[in-house]
Amino acid sequence: MATTTITKTEPLVGKRIRRREDPRLITGAATYVDDIKLPGMYHAAILRSPHGAARIAALDISRAAAHPGVVAVFTGKDITGVGPVPCGASLPGLRVPVHTILAQDRVYFVGHPVAVVVASDRYIARDGVDLIDVEWDVLPAVSDPEKAIAGDAPAVHPEWPDNIAFHHHQENGNVDDAFAQAEVVVKQRITSQRLIPTAMETRGVVADFQTGDKALTLYSSTQVPHLLRTLIALMLGLPENKTRVVAPEMGGGFGSKLNVYAEEALMGFVAMKIGKPVKWIESRRENYLTTIHGRGHVDYFEIAAKRDGTILGMKLKLIQDIGAYHQLLTPAIPTLSVLMMPGLYKFQNIRAHVVGAFTNCVPTDAYRGAGRPEATHGIERMVDMLAAEIGMDPVEIRLKNFVANEQFPFSTATGLVYDSGNYAAPLMKALDLVDYQGLRAQQKKAREEGRLMGIGISTYGEICAFGPSPATPAGGWESATVKIDPTGKVTVMTGACPHGQGEETTFAQITADELGIPLDDIHVIRGDTAIVQYGIGTFGSRGTAVGGAALYFALQEVKAKLKRYGAMLLESDDVSYQGGQCVCNKTGRTVSLAEMSGASYRAMKLPPNTSPGMQVTNFWEPPNFTFPFGAHIAVTEIDRETGAVQVKRYFAVDDIGNIINPLIVDGQLHGGVAQGLGQALYEQAVYDENAQLVTGELMDYAVPKATMVPWIESDHTVTPSPVNPLGVKGVGEAGTIGCSPAMVNSVVDALRPLGVKHVDMPMTSEKIWRILNSAQA
Amino acid sequence: MKITVTLNGKTRTSDVEPRLLLIHYLREEAGLTGPHIGCETSLCGACTVEVDGKAVKSCAMFAVQADGRNVLTIEGLAANGTLHPVQEAFWNEHALQCGFCTPGMIMASKQLLERNPNPTEDEIRHGIDGNLCRCTGYQHIVNAVKAAASKMGA
Ligand code: FES
Ligand code: FES
Repeated sequence: MATTTITKTEPLVGKRIRRREDPRLITGAATYVDDIKLPGMYHAAILRSPHGAARIAALDISRAAAHPGVVAVFTGKDITGVGPVPCGASLPGLRVPVHTILAQDRVYFVGHPVAVVVASDRYIARDGVDLIDVEWDVLPAVSDPEKAIAGDAPAVHPEWPDNIAFHHHQENGNVDDAFAQAEVVVKQRITSQRLIPTAMETRGVVADFQTGDKALTLYSSTQVPHLLRTLIALMLGLPENKTRVVAPEMGGGFGSKLNVYAEEALMGFVAMKIGKPVKWIESRRENYLTTIHGRGHVDYFEIAAKRDGTILGMKLKLIQDIGAYHQLLTPAIPTLSVLMMPGLYKFQNIRAHVVGAFTNCVPTDAYRGAGRPEATHGIERMVDMLAAEIGMDPVEIRLKNFVANEQFPFSTATGLVYDSGNYAAPLMKALDLVDYQGLRAQQKKAREEGRLMGIGISTYGEICAFGPSPATPAGGWESATVKIDPTGKVTVMTGACPHGQGEETTFAQITADELGIPLDDIHVIRGDTAIVQYGIGTFGSRGTAVGGAALYFALQEVKAKLKRYGAMLLESDDVSYQGGQCVCNKTGRTVSLAEMSGASYRAMKLPPNTSPGMQVTNFWEPPNFTFPFGAHIAVTEIDRETGAVQVKRYFAVDDIGNIINPLIVDGQLHGGVAQGLGQALYEQAVYDENAQLVTGELMDYAVPKATMVPWIESDHTVTPSPVNPLGVKGVGEAGTIGCSPAMVNSVVDALRPLGVKHVDMPMTSEKIWRILNSAQA
Repeated sequence: MKITVTLNGKTRTSDVEPRLLLIHYLREEAGLTGPHIGCETSLCGACTVEVDGKAVKSCAMFAVQADGRNVLTIEGLAANGTLHPVQEAFWNEHALQCGFCTPGMIMASKQLLERNPNPTEDEIRHGIDGNLCRCTGYQHIVNAVKAAASKMGA
């Protein structure tokens, strides 16, 4: 037994460590789903509806089927026995249209899949699609959610002529009293426009049915491989233990791949039918037409307050554009908006009524932020409007209404318990960084010169780490396995399925610190249901806050077991585990991790009540959500000639609890802000009155380019979360949530001299130019 | 049609359909996994490669147009076993998250630095304007290009 010096003492958690996943990504060696090629693999292409609503009067596949290279064509008639695309959320009275994987006699949105052509290569498959003859009986369609529920719109689903998917009501405190006592009430209609998530990698599926074993392997670009396995097995009538889902390298998700899609089941179906592997890669146009969209809110807010700025209560009527169907979580998303309606403020009286409106559009569902950006946008706009109404500084009104530090854990008006917070801290830090007083002085000068300069603040709160299982449709726990080989190398398997967030690095950092071993001894595996124990997945900023916590507890168990072997090998009951070895506290003798692990597999002798082997799996149920918060400040100037909004400076001070890797956190924040900024200034999915998607290509949908995103200055305050042992809160969505209200508050502030009180997103230069023109006229 | 392409330094002759896009030739014919497809309509830049030393979007070219020419992809950048300074800088500066845009972004950045060895932030942003990244907000990419510039200039 060696008495070597401790090999690793320097903690890695908290360090800016470059990512361990990057070498394969920067050399082009990573395997995304389109990189998977199986022997004998066929290619599929899908015929989709060109109409928002139509009856399929006739469908003739004969020319396609006869085309050389085409091996099969399937239509809605053929898919008997395949279950519908599932909706995982439930609400009282929810209307759930049957969502078959191929259209039957009618289509409900542009992009609705009608037939699938299977061919020897992807060009021939697309040729085959062009050879299918369809006679469409075009029907009137509706794309505007408010018009859809106004009473005289075409019915999206004939069985529900009112187009109402559900009503959801939540009320707390005494709203009528609050409004009766109010000295000032501000009302505003605020929209959060439909957005297209636009992961740079579209969706894709490779399905491989092993005919001998009757087992299906589905490679899919998914954020939730285990949930997909369960639901696909049910849809296809396969035993779950013969269904394997692999999420290979993923080119972004942002919620759009947190779903179960028709094409995933369809490819499984095709593979089972033809007995050969089949690949389908979504085109960008299909991605825009058929992968879920985000947001799609029309919100009517009312806020009641005293003249001194004390907020008394808030009302919300929320119209959620559902689209033609419910995808996995569609109806649950606006209920999250309701939960986060009070933001960081302590008022206790709220009333919210949500109406889900069917439209002839692709379904909405979780897109980065998923319900919380809409809520934060609402409350942060309303607070700013209230401040303007009573002539109060937007900083002062926020400080006045924040939940106070001593009130944590704080029960909100909507029934949540905020875990920890110091809401003034990031705001004060941000004000200091921007020199707020100096900026206001500059603004005064700018206004005197006739320039339109704005300063916009948002103090956001968000709900992360989804979440306690009772509050989550499919379980909110997460799992981790730690296994140590006989040679002492460590493998971590996480049930969360990170896909760009860097957990291969951060989870290795946590493991390295807990076990006291070098990073190079740790390998993190995710994404394959045949290898990794059941898990929930990565979404809702839960990867580290729930998956990392599961890992932490698994590591504690492994350490305890190592220690028992250490004690046995050192023949001492006074040992401690540190720096990758066990030390006898009396003699100072040590055994290495490899020696302890090796002894557990050779198992010549076992410590009392201890099994052989060195592997632990932990399923961890979080006791609560976590609630990050922060302050974003946007300084803008508006070009009077063009209406263009220039972001002069952008500051983000976020409190996301403890930070495991600041480099990765910065990256998450920048990307989040860029997506929030995209919503604020550029992006909007536009359907015309026939429910045609006008922004159906990257040409027409303004994903921010490098020149369209400002430099982001960022900092942090740290208020650890008591919910998990790592003290982390989650960062994936913070930037997106904090950004859009800061931007709109800034632009409205710039336009205030013209009497402008509100501007809806996206604040394109055309929109602002029109505002300037009508104000000057 | 028969085409002969020097791909990452090696000559390859294949028989291709005239309508085959260069990106599909690279991925399907030559079996590469570096150049990616984000749109097939020359808007995202994920497919960026070099043809005769110039960065092109390989979805905007037919394979037959590459006949007799020199094509360099991300796979050829570190062919000698050492990362190109731009690759190294992307790694150091955390200029990628999902990595899907990255091979194209690195090729575009390399080209940018060849034309302008010492670019300002603004010049970098304009230089990579044809390449979309949905993950990073571009800031770390700007940092990486700057870091690569100083390394390559040094
Ligand atoms: S795939 Fe070529 S530019 Fe997008
Ligand atoms: S790193 Fe994901 S698109 Fe750029």
